[in-house]
Amino acid sequence: MDKKRRNFLKIAGISTLAGLGATTGLGRLVGGAQSAVAATEEAATAEQGNAVKQNAGDTPCVNRYGMLIDVRKFREDLSLGERVVQACHQEHNVPNIPVKKDEIKWIWMTHYENAFPEQPHLYLDQTNVEFQLPILCNHCDNPPCVRVCPTKATFRDANGVVIMDFHRCIGCRFCMAACPYGSRSFNWSDPRPFLDDATMNKDFPTRTRGVVEKCNFCTERTRVGLQPACVEACGDTKAIVFGNLNDPDSEIRQMLKQHHTVQRNPSLGTFPSVFYIV
Amino acid sequence: MYNGGKIITGLVIFVLLVTIPVWYNRGTTARSAPELVMPTNAKSCVLPAEEMRAKHMQLLNVWRDEVVRTGDTTSIVVEGKAYPKSLQLNCMECHTSKVNFCDKCHDYSSVTPYCWDCHIAPVE
Amino acid sequence: MFEKALKGNNYYWMWLAFLGLIIAIGFVSYLRQYFYGLGITGMGRDVSWGLYIAQFTFLVGVAAGGVMLVLPYYIHNFRAFGRITILGEFLAIAALLMCVLFIFVDLGQPLRAFNVMLHPTPSSMLFWDMCVLLGYMFLNILCGWVILTAERKQVAPPKWIYLFVYISIPFAISIHTVTAMLYCGLPGRHFWLSAIIAPRFLASAFAAGPALIVVMALILKRVANFDAGKEAIDKMVTIIIYAAIANMFFLALEFFVGYYSQIPGHMHSLEYLFFGLEHHGHVYNNLVPFMWAFILLFLVGMALLCYPATRKGSDLWLGVGCASIFIAFWLDKGIGFVLAGFLPNPTNEITQYYPHLNELLIAAGVWAIGFFVLTILYKIAIGVEHEIEA
Repeated sequence: MDKKRRNFLKIAGISTLAGLGATTGLGRLVGGAQSAVAATEEAATAEQGNAVKQNAGDTPCVNRYGMLIDVRKFREDLSLGERVVQACHQEHNVPNIPVKKDEIKWIWMTHYENAFPEQPHLYLDQTNVEFQLPILCNHCDNPPCVRVCPTKATFRDANGVVIMDFHRCIGCRFCMAACPYGSRSFNWSDPRPFLDDATMNKDFPTRTRGVVEKCNFCTERTRVGLQPACVEACGDTKAIVFGNLNDPDSEIRQMLKQHHTVQRNPSLGTFPSVFYIV
Repeated sequence: MYNGGKIITGLVIFVLLVTIPVWYNRGTTARSAPELVMPTNAKSCVLPAEEMRAKHMQLLNVWRDEVVRTGDTTSIVVEGKAYPKSLQLNCMECHTSKVNFCDKCHDYSSVTPYCWDCHIAPVE
Repeated sequence: MFEKALKGNNYYWMWLAFLGLIIAIGFVSYLRQYFYGLGITGMGRDVSWGLYIAQFTFLVGVAAGGVMLVLPYYIHNFRAFGRITILGEFLAIAALLMCVLFIFVDLGQPLRAFNVMLHPTPSSMLFWDMCVLLGYMFLNILCGWVILTAERKQVAPPKWIYLFVYISIPFAISIHTVTAMLYCGLPGRHFWLSAIIAPRFLASAFAAGPALIVVMALILKRVANFDAGKEAIDKMVTIIIYAAIANMFFLALEFFVGYYSQIPGHMHSLEYLFFGLEHHGHVYNNLVPFMWAFILLFLVGMALLCYPATRKGSDLWLGVGCASIFIAFWLDKGIGFVLAGFLPNPTNEITQYYPHLNELLIAAGVWAIGFFVLTILYKIAIGVEHEIEA
């Protein structure tokens, strides 16, 4: 063959070998690191009884906190919804902003057709026409908001809770565009003027203008053994049940076995951690 | 000197401007070192005073990342006492007055940390 | 070569002063926004991206359009573009500067902007957008400057610059593809969840970018005695025509998918844009006039560009035609595309977006900065051209 073709074949051959070698080498190094992480993870979960294999979430978690909302209880007691919202917003110094476009809400009551827009709304049953249910951040197992955040200001912690790091957020609002449930709010201006100094919760910071915020599954409460504020506001009604979805013996898992539940827009593949008994 | 008059005048103005920090506050109280109101309920802090003065912001950043991002809320143990890693729930328990403690040095060195935009300063 | 920008006639300085005034007003408006917060704009919880990001999206396309001059000249040896590739490269620099500025004014915490570099997140398309935008800007500055300097010294450019020129071509494609990927991977926004977003972006970019370059070239012929050459202009017009048709074809496909499948998620945003969306007894149609203006301007522009008498016989009508195409695609991408994605919102409520005055002034200020930089760069380029012709 002519010289040029020979040279081409030589170069092609060496590049292929180099490429394959590099990728396998790299894969081994990375794979080694990953299996080490997976090993410690499994050891941790094994302690809590039979570990349930994580579904398509990309971050392996030790626990997976979830919520079961029994909408029937919210219909029986019409004031429960407002109490739940007030408890959360009070606990976390969520400002009450009169201008609708600038509003901030972590949990709020809404109608069936807004909570489940992918469900049919024609000839809806009377209860769902009249009554409202609470919606909040679903703390998805495969959260698109975490995927798009350019600074990792929103991330999934070891308990499966999607957390906001207000110090790192640059306020680009990409997470707000990515969230398929509309759970996120932005501080369009300084929230302090809209908070009452006398009733502020001094143990929890407010946020500053220019950062995104949302429900945080009350991490500051759960880490000291308390229930989330919304759950506590429900008292004994068990209108909202909070627990570890990875623990098959937890109350929430038992209730999920006993009741038919639905989730918001499941076909999007986000694997929400919030379930509804409608 | 060609254009000597303008040059000398310009130089004098320049030197005056550049040495403003030296002469502007002469004789006023703004020059004196800040007097801090120390806490009465504790004798020692998480770190010695000199270290705190130099590094308190780094310390708070490390605590912040540990608590918020890693979820590690284990207390710091110093001389047998356990301290939570928190500005509001730990530091402000002893240094109860932002105005008489934090602001004194910050105002003197013209530093405006934005911690208080979010973290709630105690009402004075 | 900067000294070329310091000598100009009165019109030049008046133009720069006019732009400077708009920039100053924009700057003051930005200070107002910085201290109050983004609530001073028309954006809200439901439409969380508005005018700024829409302008950014459009301008990334304009920046990518420069590749339509670089590619034929450097890869396919189309000699006629030799004098004007510098126009494309400098336009890309100005457009990219505007893009970065629009993102900056849109941030809630702009002083933390470096967090994107300090905490790189490969899973986020915004991170990659920053990489390719800054990379392409650097490439254009490097290539434009080195080649222009070589031209000035009347020597061939150094061989190593061609490596960067060739790299800049996939970079140009990538800036707009990555910007499209910001949108087309979001699961909750059905208007954007389409594979054709990236090709549509590229098609409208390859029409809008060269259209602006043609308008600039015609203006430069008038005010700066710089003739790009009939063949170059004509070839650019051909590119504009085909790219514009491709964009409309893709748009028609979007209509087909939405209206034939009748799936609300694919249909409602188009209905809102072009016909008005009826929801709970109220009709939401504030963007309908803009979208039909887009269609009308496209048709007018195409007519002017395709009809030989206006295309080749008259600089004025050619300029009007290209300006029509440019404005049409600005309406399509800079207004229609981003805003309609947020409507209806994920909980099936509708909030319409109206920009506020402060927001418009800041946007005008950023556009003025872009044109200011573009004027200076073009002055330098033309100054060099005149110098070597002498």
